[in-house]
Amino acid sequence: MIIEIGHFALVLALFVAVVQAAVPMAGAQRGDAAWMAVARPAALAQFLLVAVAFGCLTHAFVTSDFSVLNVAQNSHSTKPMLYKVSGVWGNHEGSMLLWVLILAVFGCAVALFGRNLPPGLRSRALAIQGLISVGFLLFILFTSNPFARLLPAARDGQGLNPLLQDPGLAFHPPFLYLGYVGFSMAFSFAIAALIEGRVDAAWARWVRPWTLAAWSFLTVGIGLGSWWAYYELGWGGFWFWDPVENASFMPWLAGTALLHSSIVVEKRDTMKAWTVFLAIVAFSLSLLGTFLVRSGVLTSVHAFATDPKRGVFILILLIIVIGGSLALFAWRGPQLKSTGLFQPVSREGALLLNNLMMTVGTAVVLLGTLYPLFTDAMTGGQSKVSVGAPFYNAVFVPLMIPMIAAMAVGPMLSWKRGDLGAALTRLWLACAAAAVAVAVTWLVQTGGSVLGLIGVLFAAWLAVGTLVELAERVRLFRAPAGESLRRLARLPRAAWGMTLAHFGLAVVVAGITGAGVWKVESIQAMKPGDSVDVAGYTYTFHGAQEHQGPNYSALRGKFTVSRGGEPVVDLWPEKRVYTVRAMPTTEAAIHPTFWGDLYAVVGDAQPGGSFVTRLYFNPLVGWMWAGGLIMVLGGVLSLSDRRYRVGAPTRRRVPAGAAARA
Amino acid sequence: MKRKHKRLTFVVIALLLLAGAAALVLTAFEENIVFFHSPTDVVTKHPGPDRRLRLGGLVEEGSVEKEAGSAMVRFRITDLANSVPVVYQGILPDLFREGQGVVAEGRLRDGVFQADGVLAKHDENYMPPEVADALKQSGKWDEMSETMKRQGHVTKDGAK
Repeated sequence: MIIEIGHFALVLALFVAVVQAAVPMAGAQRGDAAWMAVARPAALAQFLLVAVAFGCLTHAFVTSDFSVLNVAQNSHSTKPMLYKVSGVWGNHEGSMLLWVLILAVFGCAVALFGRNLPPGLRSRALAIQGLISVGFLLFILFTSNPFARLLPAARDGQGLNPLLQDPGLAFHPPFLYLGYVGFSMAFSFAIAALIEGRVDAAWARWVRPWTLAAWSFLTVGIGLGSWWAYYELGWGGFWFWDPVENASFMPWLAGTALLHSSIVVEKRDTMKAWTVFLAIVAFSLSLLGTFLVRSGVLTSVHAFATDPKRGVFILILLIIVIGGSLALFAWRGPQLKSTGLFQPVSREGALLLNNLMMTVGTAVVLLGTLYPLFTDAMTGGQSKVSVGAPFYNAVFVPLMIPMIAAMAVGPMLSWKRGDLGAALTRLWLACAAAAVAVAVTWLVQTGGSVLGLIGVLFAAWLAVGTLVELAERVRLFRAPAGESLRRLARLPRAAWGMTLAHFGLAVVVAGITGAGVWKVESIQAMKPGDSVDVAGYTYTFHGAQEHQGPNYSALRGKFTVSRGGEPVVDLWPEKRVYTVRAMPTTEAAIHPTFWGDLYAVVGDAQPGGSFVTRLYFNPLVGWMWAGGLIMVLGGVLSLSDRRYRVGAPTRRRVPAGAAARA
Repeated sequence: MKRKHKRLTFVVIALLLLAGAAALVLTAFEENIVFFHSPTDVVTKHPGPDRRLRLGGLVEEGSVEKEAGSAMVRFRITDLANSVPVVYQGILPDLFREGQGVVAEGRLRDGVFQADGVLAKHDENYMPPEVADALKQSGKWDEMSETMKRQGHVTKDGAK
C-alpha cells in the first residue's frame, strides 16, 4: 500500500510540476500577480510530494519489502541498516528519485527564502525549475519506475553491490547530486534573466549563494568519490581520468569559472552575457554527466549495469535543455549590455584570465571524454579508441600551471587598474618560499622527475602567495599588531572564503604531486615470513587466514611494518567475498601518516603457498583530501557571509525607464 | 591603452590560450589515443609493439594459469572466434573470472599481449560495450547472452 502511495505521489508531483512550469511563466509574461503567485505553493507542494515518494521507497528498503522489484534487486534482509538506507540511491531508479528530490529541495528553498527576489524573476526561475522537474519525472515514471512491483515477491533480495557497501560511497551520490542539481538554480536564474533581458549586480548576488553551495557540495562529492576509489578499489590510485570521473569534474570546472565571473558582474557590471553562458554550461555539463553515467555509452571502470533505452531518453532531454537554452542565449544574450571594457592588468582582468583558462580546461576534458564517441560515430563503430590518463596529464596539467601561477597574483591586483610590478614585488616572499621548497625537494628526492619540482614550486608559490595576500589585507607588520588583529577580525567572510579556497588548492596540488610523482609500488608473490622494502619501510608478511564478517567471509592477510628495526604498524588487508552475491572485493589496509600512506593489498593465492601482494607508499596523498576539505570550508564560510546570504540582497531602486533599457 | 587595444589584448590572450591548448591536444592525441582491438582484430591486423592497445573479450574458460612464486598470471582473451594469449604481472581485479568480459591494456609483443592493466567492472551484470560489440561482430553474441541468462544474470533487453 505504501508503495502505491509513493507511486501516486510521484504522479501527482508530475502534474504539480507541469503547473509550476506553465502558470507562473505565463503570469510573469502577462504581468499577472495572481498567476505568478502560484510558483511558491507549487514549489512547496512539489517538494512535499517528491519527499513522500522518496520516504515511501526508503520505507520499502528499510523494511525489506521484496515485493518491490527495485528492493529485491538491490537489497537484502541481512544488510546493515546504513546500507539498507543508502541502497535507496545505490541503484539507477532510486538515484534518479534522489535527483528529483534534491531539485525539489532547491526549488522549495527559493520559494521559502527568496522573498527579496523580484516576483518576476522568482516566478520565472521557479517555472524553469518546474520544467526541469517535468523532464526528470517523466523519465522516472516512464523508463525507471522505482515502485514497480515484483509478483510473486522474492523471498530475499539480491543484495547491494558490495563495492557500494561503504560509508564513503553511501554519501558520495547525494553530495554529487546536490552539486549537479545545485547548478540548476544558477541555470534557472540565468534563463529567467535572459527572458527578462536583464542582468545586474543584484542578480549576481542572488545567483552567487546557489552557485557557491552547489560548488561546495560538488567538491565534497568529488572528494568522497576519489577517496572511495583510493581505498576501496585497491589500486593505490585516486583519479583515473575515467569518463565517469570527468563527468563530475567538468561541471566543477565550469562552476568554478561561474563563481569567479559572477564576482565581476557584481563588482564591475560587466561580463554579463558570459556569466549567463557559464551558468547554462555548468548545468548542461551536469546533465551530460548524468547521461554519460546512466547510459553507459562510454567504457568506464566505474560503470554499473545500464540500460540503453534510458540513455536515449536522457539524450533527448539533454538536447532539449542544452539546445533550447543555447538558442535562447543566442537570441537574447546580445541584449545583455555590459557597461564597459576594462584594463587587462586589474582584478577583473585576472578573473577573466581565470575564466579563459577554466573554460579551455573544461573544453579539453570534454573533448577527451567525448572523442571516443565521435570516432565511433564517424567510423560507424569500426574504430574504437579510448583516451586515457596520459592524454589528460599531457594537456590538462600544462594548462593549469599558468593558472596557478596567476592565482597568487590576481587577488593582489586592485579593481579597474592594477599594478603588476607592485603586486609581484609584494610577492617576493612567495617567490622565496617557492625557491626554498624546490631546493629542499631537490635534495630530498633521489633521482626524481622534474614534474615533482614543478608541482612543489607552484604549490608553495600559491600557498605562500595566498597568505601574503591575507597579510597585506590586515597590514601585518606595517600596522601595530593590535590594528592587524582588529582588521583580521573584521575581514569579511567572503574574503576568508577566497583565502581558504586558494590555500586549499595549493595543498591539493602538493598532494597530487606527491602521490602522482613519488608513489612507490611493489608487486610480488610473498610466502609467510617474506619481507619486502618499500620506500624505507620493511613489510613482513605473516600469511593469510580465513575470517568471518557480518555478511561476508574474508581472506585476511597480516603484515608487520617496521622502519629501521622499529615496529611501525600492523596492516590487515582483506579479500572479501560477500555471501549474497558471491562477489569478491579487495579491502586495502591503509596506515595514513602526515608524509604519506602505507598501503597494502593482498591478492589471490598462487601455487606453492604464496600470495600476490601489492604494497605502496603514497606520499602526501592525504593532503589532497585535506586540501579539498579546506576548499569546502572556504566555500561554506563565504556562503555564511551576511552580505550574500540567500535572498539577502535587494535590488537598488532603478527608475522604470532605466530598467527597461537595461 | 585605447579601448580597441584593451579588447585586442584579451582577444590575443584567448587566441594564444586556445592555440596552445590545441597544440597540446593534437600532440597528446597523436601519442596517447589507445585503439580497441578484439582478438579477431589482433589475429587479422597484427598490430606492432610500438602502439599501446586495448584488447577486450572474454576470459577463455580454463586458460588462467598462475606462476608459482611470482605475481605473473597468464590467460587468453577470446571473442569465441579467435583468442590471444595475455600475460599480466599484478593483482587481477576482483571481478576477473573465466568466462567474464574484460578489457586489458598494454602492448602486443611476438603474438603475446603484455598487459599492464586489466579492467573488469564494478558490477557483474555489466559487459563493456566494446566487448559486447566484439562478440556481436564475431557472431557469438546470441550464444553468449543465452549462457548469461542460464547463469541467472538479470537481463533487460538482452543488453547485459
